[in-house]
Amino acid sequence: MKASEKIIEFLLWLAAAITILITVGIIWVLLSGSLPFFQEVSIVEFLTAKQWTPLFAQKRFGIMPLVAGTFLTTAIAIAVALPIGLTIAIYLNEYAPSRLKRTIKPLLEILATIPTVVYGFFALTVVTPFLQSFIPGLAGFNALSPGIVMGIMIIPMISSLSEDAISSVPKSLREASYGMGSTRLQTAFRVMVPAASSGIIVSVILAISRAVGETMIVAIAAGQQPRLTLNPLVPVETITTYIVQVSLGDVPHGSLEYRTIFAAGIVLFIFTFALNNLSFWIKKKYQEKYD
Amino acid sequence: MSKKPIKVEAKDVNAYYGDFHAIKGINIAMEENTVTAFIGPSGCGKSTFLRIFNRMNDYIDGFKTEGEILLDGQNIYAKNVQVDELRKKVGMVFQKPNPFPKSIYENVVYGLKIQGVSNKAALTEAAERALKQAALWNEVKDNLNKSALALSGGQQQRLCIARALAISPSVLLMDEPASALDPISTAKIEELIHELKEQYTIVIVTHNMQQAARVSDTTAFFYMGELVEHAKTKTMFTNPKDSRTQDYITGRFG
Ligand SMILES: Nc1ncnc2c1ncn2[C@@H]1O[C@H](COP(=O)(O)OP(=O)(O)OP(=O)(O)O)[C@@H](O)[C@H]1O
Ligand SMILES: [Mg+2]
Repeated sequence: MKASEKIIEFLLWLAAAITILITVGIIWVLLSGSLPFFQEVSIVEFLTAKQWTPLFAQKRFGIMPLVAGTFLTTAIAIAVALPIGLTIAIYLNEYAPSRLKRTIKPLLEILATIPTVVYGFFALTVVTPFLQSFIPGLAGFNALSPGIVMGIMIIPMISSLSEDAISSVPKSLREASYGMGSTRLQTAFRVMVPAASSGIIVSVILAISRAVGETMIVAIAAGQQPRLTLNPLVPVETITTYIVQVSLGDVPHGSLEYRTIFAAGIVLFIFTFALNNLSFWIKKKYQEKYD
Repeated sequence: MSKKPIKVEAKDVNAYYGDFHAIKGINIAMEENTVTAFIGPSGCGKSTFLRIFNRMNDYIDGFKTEGEILLDGQNIYAKNVQVDELRKKVGMVFQKPNPFPKSIYENVVYGLKIQGVSNKAALTEAAERALKQAALWNEVKDNLNKSALALSGGQQQRLCIARALAISPSVLLMDEPASALDPISTAKIEELIHELKEQYTIVIVTHNMQQAARVSDTTAFFYMGELVEHAKTKTMFTNPKDSRTQDYITGRFG
């Protein structure tokens, strides 16, 4: 009895320890890989140069084009996912009969289970040609189409977390609002959404984090051309896609070119780490509001 | 009874939660500028009945109301009635204080803002008037931008009353408005009810016999979904007609 409990306790401890070890290991790999890089390329050059051409004869190591590509596709994704996700969350909460709500929610979750390679293919072969039919300047590879598709992919993330946040607002607030003659729409936008704002913000931050880290969709449909631009119609490259491109390419291990992926990886890690911590902090700060 | 005009009247009202018959054939009339107390044991349907007067039960799945509720002679369950317009005339204060997580000021002017009032001076003036009516002005006048959640329970409840008064309803429904409050706050609310009846028709649900006796003009006793007796409060407490009323007010059950 006691021995078996000890073993279980040890296994649980082991699981936790392994998780932490792996995280530390990843950080160590990123750091040890990128330190030699930063001995050759100054951080100033890395952060300010306007070109990223490590694989060309004329080598430039400015991360900004990759950051811009990441930012652009992420912004487009959020611009799609936030309004739609929030609308769905409000609809499910304030309007949908509970039976409809129980069917729609799992259906939405399916969107999140579609493999990203399918989304990428969809962006390249369906969405881009469709957009080209009415946006004349749109290149075959661009930020717009994968951005939109990525947005569709993260809709359930925003709608489901926001819906949870809105439905955890006490029923008494909704009654107070109705009791003063508010319509459903007024109640939703003036009471429920503001009262759930911290949860909604957290959902958006997690969605941003997801979009920043997304690889396959942008690798397939965005074009893999680092370019410092906010123009959604031309090919761009994101941090993640660059890492894939070099990892799979024939760049010799240990070379400076190879080490760029660790530097890019660190930047990516800092972004997502900061976003996740921000959401954690917001959650903690506002959690006690109604207890 | 006196000759004041009838403000609200229920005619043969039945209500159901699905198959459960919660309100059974109730007829009652409330005169203008009076306070009516609803009393009765827990679960007898006081809240359900009260919420019929501003159609607050409309949102409950499977809830059904039959009969007529007349407000100034108009049936509020008629097809052409706009529920949000009705609720501007019939305000409600809930059992637990439920201020919005906004500032004190924003709470009070909420009802006006949703009606489209945006004139700053008009809003400020209305806020002051409502807070004074709710006897809260002196305590909060220097902190109108403070979060309403930072107020004490009693202050929050008076804020909720101010919020309901700000849109100038003519009827005020109160569901055990003082049950979550300390004796001093309770006394303040009772005093307030006394003053408010000059301008409003008030219906209050209470479990507290002394409170019913202190604040109300007439008292209605409910038992298992039925209205057993409705009479002048004084008569009711000294000389109840029905033995069930007698048992209840003397504390033999409930
Ligand atoms: N949402 C609901 N669904 C189903 N039945 C309900 C619902 N709300 C109340 N009831 C039932 O209706 C009856 C009347 O409830 P109501 O809340 O009106 O009683 P009450 O007199 O206000 O009680 P209390 O004094 O405890 O507040 C009770 O039997 C209760 O179980
Ligand atoms: Mg009740």
